[in-house]
Amino acid sequence: MTEGEYQSISPSDFFYRNREIAGFSNPSRAIYAAVRELLENSLDACEARRVPPDIYLRITEVTALESGTSIYALRIEDNGTGVPAEHIPRCFGQVFYGSKYKLRQARGTFGLGGTITILYGQITTHKPVRIISSTGGDIHEYEMMIDIEHNRPLVMRHNVMGNRKGWRGAAVELQLEGDYRRSMHRIYEYLKQTAMVNPYADITFVDPRGRLYRFERATNQMPPLPKSVNPHPHGIDVETFRRLTAVTEAKNMKTFMMQHFQGVSETTAKRFLRAANVGLKVNPRTLVPDDIVRLVRTAREFNDFKHPDPSCLSPLGEELLETGIRKELNLSEDDFLKVVQRRPATYLGFPFIVEAAIAHGRSIAKQMKGGINIYRFANRIPLLFDESSGVVWKVVNKIINWSTYKVSSNTPLVVGVHVCSTKIPYKTVGKEYMADQPEVEREITNTLRSVARSLRLYIARSMRIAKERRRLDIFEKYLPKIAEFSTKLSDREEPPDIKPLLEAVSARIPEVEKKISEVPQIAEQDS
Amino acid sequence: MPNKIVRDSETQRESVELYLKQLGNIVHEQMRNMEFPWIMMQSRSTDNIVYDPDLRQYVLGEKTIRRHSRNIRHIRPFTQLVWTAWFARELLRLRKTSTLREVYYSARGQRDIEFKHQAESDNIITDLETALNRPREEFNLFPEERSAIFGDLTIEYTVPGYEGRRMNLTEHPDGVMIGPAITSSEFVETTADKVLVIEKGAMFTRLVEERAHERFNAILIHTAGQSPRSTRSIIHRLNRDNGLPVWIFTDGDPWGVHIAMVIISGSANAAHLRGLATPEARWIGVWATDVIEYKLPTENLTDNDVKRLKELREDPRYRDELWQREIETFLRIGKKAELEAFSRYGLTYIVDEYLPAKLENV
Repeated sequence: MTEGEYQSISPSDFFYRNREIAGFSNPSRAIYAAVRELLENSLDACEARRVPPDIYLRITEVTALESGTSIYALRIEDNGTGVPAEHIPRCFGQVFYGSKYKLRQARGTFGLGGTITILYGQITTHKPVRIISSTGGDIHEYEMMIDIEHNRPLVMRHNVMGNRKGWRGAAVELQLEGDYRRSMHRIYEYLKQTAMVNPYADITFVDPRGRLYRFERATNQMPPLPKSVNPHPHGIDVETFRRLTAVTEAKNMKTFMMQHFQGVSETTAKRFLRAANVGLKVNPRTLVPDDIVRLVRTAREFNDFKHPDPSCLSPLGEELLETGIRKELNLSEDDFLKVVQRRPATYLGFPFIVEAAIAHGRSIAKQMKGGINIYRFANRIPLLFDESSGVVWKVVNKIINWSTYKVSSNTPLVVGVHVCSTKIPYKTVGKEYMADQPEVEREITNTLRSVARSLRLYIARSMRIAKERRRLDIFEKYLPKIAEFSTKLSDREEPPDIKPLLEAVSARIPEVEKKISEVPQIAEQDS
Repeated sequence: MPNKIVRDSETQRESVELYLKQLGNIVHEQMRNMEFPWIMMQSRSTDNIVYDPDLRQYVLGEKTIRRHSRNIRHIRPFTQLVWTAWFARELLRLRKTSTLREVYYSARGQRDIEFKHQAESDNIITDLETALNRPREEFNLFPEERSAIFGDLTIEYTVPGYEGRRMNLTEHPDGVMIGPAITSSEFVETTADKVLVIEKGAMFTRLVEERAHERFNAILIHTAGQSPRSTRSIIHRLNRDNGLPVWIFTDGDPWGVHIAMVIISGSANAAHLRGLATPEARWIGVWATDVIEYKLPTENLTDNDVKRLKELREDPRYRDELWQREIETFLRIGKKAELEAFSRYGLTYIVDEYLPAKLENV
């Protein structure tokens, strides 16, 4: 063992060596991940500013490589907060760990997706990134690279321009190696589903073939911004706890517990500290590692804390989710769409809310194959990979008995599930799917069941209408023939009037329901 | 001035036409009264088919059903019934006949009425028979011809273009097909004193060739398997109107046995009709006991044969001693024999030895 084998590496270096963790494992995944990271940054920036996002994304092919991949130029432009000029280099040119002691629902998978994308672009093309941003004043343009070894930005050019039109936002332009052809479908799906859960966003996408995709805004209404809250003691880890003790201004443990955690009253704090065998007056800074571990363990078992506060969550709400799904699936009035939002629940000290939707009808039948099509969302981000490993798939395919809801194996159905939480229970580092955490699984199941109950009513009704329709069809078919041939058979001239008879039959279809059109797939079921 | 035979057949034709028109009237009236049309008829479901020991045939019981066009399952057959009635009336009016198969095809192109297969159209025709209580031959609807008749019987045609023309049925040595023309003809005279009904074509040809009609003074009828209704109706008429005893000669197996029985007692399928059964007819062979007595070449009974024999044993039509004895014997020896089995003793043995012996004994 020689000393030389140990060396510290910078965070940039770490990500450079482990880029698959962030989703940049191969050229087709990389271009998808790049779009995803940059788009999510932009959406977050717009939400922070409370303006409906206007996002322009363009990918152009620069050079085709022999390996079948290409170098692409990627440009994304938003109308978000913009980044103050002095922060731009560090923001985009340095991988850093923020010290977050407050919790609230956020999109970003790592919080540093933008930088990783730039890093990936740099290592595959060795081209600088261009960032243009304004927070309302002058427009700053930077061209820079990342010094990977030392984890710091290398600014190559900095321009300041006037901003007569008062533009605010940011634009990022970078080059990267990727395989658009193979990821095309995913990127489109990703944008479409993003538009579904961000119905207040307007997204324009120009792809390398020059095709224009528009995902238009359907509403200006945005969900309320989540509040920042203290972490709940159930969900705290040793490292976070340790850091809190290092930065706290509290002079004793009782105040420390009440100040930095939610759900802790004075009485609770006292009782808890007694249970953890730590004195109330102890200065947090003097805690030894053993104390911290004991505190964290006790906190997990301790049941007197108040329930986690859900105000840090930002669910979409039934109305917005409905708007988004209706718009992206082009549902008509006749189609079935029901959205249900459950009350907040918690797992391991983290609050979460499940929202679920089911869509069904002729429009669905037209655009996808029969059976259940699943859309998964976590904190307003679509999850596209490893569907069959995730909890939603498990609930849909293993737990819910769809025949209870009159759904057959070929009934065209869209099931959408949105989970929002300060900590999504991702199963893997790739953060592509949610684990079957019991509380989360139960909430998803119950939400879907309550949506499915409405679905059953709809299906039962359309089946009944379809049946009455078919009856009427049959009478409409045969009565004229009976009239015709009985007239001929009895040597008469005038056929009898069959209208009164048909009216008698159609009277069985209630007026209101005549409008609802039957869905062909359903009609097959009971014939 | 046309003769009586032709006049009679005209009268019958007109009365059937009137029946059909009456059906149209009823349906039309009901619709004009803003009522979903319906008709009553005897039920033909199995629980309404009963054996009448006095008539010695199956008849329909008391139960009636209503074919109601308000019923979603009835409206299609109801419509087809009205169409078929109209089709039959057109046939009568134009003095044409049609086979059952042609009925099936004639509905092609009549959207929605179209029959899915011939069984469907046959069934509707049976409905029409039941509803109007008339056999389909009176609607000029006939099955495919396959059975034949031969012997000294003079008939007079009533079919268009042949009215009044006569023919003797020995004129054609292959026998004359029993089709609409024969079925609708009048039997003018015969010198025969019995009718010999044969299941199989080969044996029929052999009997003609051996001049069996002269030797036994018989009219020969070939049923070609289970006899069609028109053939059964001719047998019935020869027996009832001309007083000729009828002898039936079939294969010695359960299927042959039943061919004989249907001629004698009618079938469940035609329980709604009269004039098809010939209770006086006699089955003369091939009996199971013949198989033993004549040491005929045999085949083993199949499982299916045995099953069928056991069914027949329970059938009320088979109560008489002869049938029970023969069925038991078949089951006991486990063998069966075809008509052709007699060829073992030479081609003419059956005419020279077997039939004379049988006719004498029975």
